[in-house]
Amino acid sequence: MPEVLFQERIEIFPRSVKGRYRSIKTGILLLAYSVYFLLPWLRWTREVGPEQAVLFDLDGRRFYIFDLVVYAQDIFWLAGLLLIGAFLLFFVTGLAGRVFCGYFCFQTLWTDVFVFIERLVQGERNARIKLSQSDWTNEKIIKIGTTHFLWLLVALLTGLSFTLYWGNAPDLIVQIFTGKAPFAAYATTLFLAMTTYVMAGMAREQVCTYMCPYARFQAVMFDSDTLIVAYDEKRGEREKGRLKPAKGLMTSAERDNAEVGDCIDCGYCVQVCPTGIDIRNGMQYQCTSCALCIDACNKIMTSIKFPTGLIKYSSQHELEGKATKRFNVKNIGYAISLLATIILLVWSVATRSDLEMLVRQIRQPLSVTLSDGRVQNRYDIKINNKTSRPYTYRIRIEGLKNVELDMGKFSEIHVAAEHSVKLIAKVRMSPADVSKSNTRFNFVINSIGSKIKQKVIQKNVFYIPEKQLIYKDNGK
Amino acid sequence: MSSEKNKPTVQTTGHAWDGDIQEFNNPLPNWWLWTFYATAIFAIVYWFLYPAWPVGDSYTKGMMNEITYTTSDGKTTTTHWNTRALFLKEMQDAREAQAEFLKEINASTFEQIASDEEKSAFAYSMAKVVFADNCAACHQTGGNGVIGFYPNLLDDAWLWGGSFSKIQESIANGRNGSMPAFKGRLTEKQTSDVTDYILSLSGSAVDKSAAKRGKAVFTNAGGCVACHGADGKGKESFGAANLTDKIWTIADVTGADTLEAKKAVVMSVVKNGKTRQMPAWKDRLSATEIKMLTLYVHKLSASQ
Repeated sequence: MPEVLFQERIEIFPRSVKGRYRSIKTGILLLAYSVYFLLPWLRWTREVGPEQAVLFDLDGRRFYIFDLVVYAQDIFWLAGLLLIGAFLLFFVTGLAGRVFCGYFCFQTLWTDVFVFIERLVQGERNARIKLSQSDWTNEKIIKIGTTHFLWLLVALLTGLSFTLYWGNAPDLIVQIFTGKAPFAAYATTLFLAMTTYVMAGMAREQVCTYMCPYARFQAVMFDSDTLIVAYDEKRGEREKGRLKPAKGLMTSAERDNAEVGDCIDCGYCVQVCPTGIDIRNGMQYQCTSCALCIDACNKIMTSIKFPTGLIKYSSQHELEGKATKRFNVKNIGYAISLLATIILLVWSVATRSDLEMLVRQIRQPLSVTLSDGRVQNRYDIKINNKTSRPYTYRIRIEGLKNVELDMGKFSEIHVAAEHSVKLIAKVRMSPADVSKSNTRFNFVINSIGSKIKQKVIQKNVFYIPEKQLIYKDNGK
Repeated sequence: MSSEKNKPTVQTTGHAWDGDIQEFNNPLPNWWLWTFYATAIFAIVYWFLYPAWPVGDSYTKGMMNEITYTTSDGKTTTTHWNTRALFLKEMQDAREAQAEFLKEINASTFEQIASDEEKSAFAYSMAKVVFADNCAACHQTGGNGVIGFYPNLLDDAWLWGGSFSKIQESIANGRNGSMPAFKGRLTEKQTSDVTDYILSLSGSAVDKSAAKRGKAVFTNAGGCVACHGADGKGKESFGAANLTDKIWTIADVTGADTLEAKKAVVMSVVKNGKTRQMPAWKDRLSATEIKMLTLYVHKLSASQ
């Protein structure tokens, strides 16, 4: 026998279950799928720009998210978004365990759909196990083939939908099917389709157990007060352990008297587990807290008229009979960090100036003497209009007396929507009005003739050579 | 764990040396092997599509990879894929993109371009490169020139006129500026007096009687009025400097600290004269380039 480097995968055939948590998961799944697949098709009215509500326009270096237009220079918002994502994960995990894994992670959502397809074509768990062990008959070929065909279809649709976020969806979809789309569109679609097919169809729980870093480091955020999916071992095992229902052991009270556990060892909780573990063995790293075993156990308990909750959301402290303290220092700290980051990002988005002015002094040369003895400095000015309507601006100078500002022919500057303009400002002053070589002043830009007023102030320096200042003193 | 049967058994090649030395057979992982095969297939496909194998003193050119480009002299070439052709194709695309703007520049007057944000920004950016390539050697990258040699293009004084048409003429046809040497024609005393007068024109506190004597020299003996005019404001037709303003293009008066130093630099110019030449660019630059340079130089200057 050759040496094996890792355990070969034991295929898992999760059984379906109905219940409270399954309904919540299905609800989240439907919501997530509708948002993901329909969002690129949502139209939006803008004065300038595409008609798509959410569009990541890489060519134009703009992200359109409803009424917000994100420019390349707003990239730090991404950092804010990632921080919020991280703190949210820390907070929720500290409080309620692997909620993200069990309910929201795309691996969980897509695997759910793939398992659903599998069940639809091949039948329930037992039928699937039988099919996988049977010889390659025509029936098996057709059933397995149909499953894979449907998987590929969903995978392709997933990849395609992702691609549609990066271009105008109605045009792009036509281009893709007529062979006129850019290479990147095909590459993205096929790559994502392939990863979806492999991850949700084949790899499944291995992604969570072997590949996903979040799955592993979430354990670090757990404490004894964190909500976990747990088996009530005291009630389930009692003194004598699990036992099938038998005469005289048909109710919970009878079993308590006989010191037999309430667990009837039906195995339903193990059969529904998408990662193939037995929750009765305690908390395990494979558990994604999907809570399907709770649904399964409750269903059985109800049918045999036992109280439910043998497997339930609980905490280590609760299982030990102690009080659970949800909001400890760690979780409150995460909550504050999360709130602070959200406020910071919202504040940054809300107060972003839609007008940007960059002023840079031309340094070659710094100054020039004019025929009337005045000194001139020049400044490169770049005005960036980030709004979706054209604006007219006027620039003036604050903090210098008897100064002349020459903008050439552009005393009023017109900037088209989402455009920028470069100008040269010439600033002239008499040495008599300046007391030192470097004088600080401000450029002020105002929008004129529009309802929404915009104003930006930029600091700069006016320079006069030392010699020309001395010359002035000597001349007295 | 130490029991014999739990030890993993390992495949061997079956070779044995010295009786008991065996060779383990550790096969490559399948993913590695398949990746290796994929690279081999990729390489073979590449040979057919791109230039690859040397054959004699030539090489295989690849299939379905033609690039057609037109160079700036109008020659169209179709060739197999190569990076030089890609570059020339890119240059062609860039020229075509510029052509639209250049057409507009050619069709517009100076005033039209100067009052249009987009056109003037295009002309400015394009001319900046032309200026750096051709003009900056003398006039410096910033256009500030070198005092005593090359005029400063940033101030508001013009030797040969600052209108669009005059600047265009200066660039296209060049200029010859000549200040004659007065050494030998004027005495040392006359030279000193006329220097006092010249400095008084721009407001320096000089000896008034000397300036008065100098004015006579300026008008009569020296004949300076012929070029600089009776009021000393210069004449554009000769490229003669305006002596009444604060700008000095040959004598570095602004840079001199004392009145004596100022006098010395001006006297030196009066005595030795100065000849300067601006070369003609009409044979070296296109009309469009000169037009854009004119706009650029006009924009550099402080004159309105």
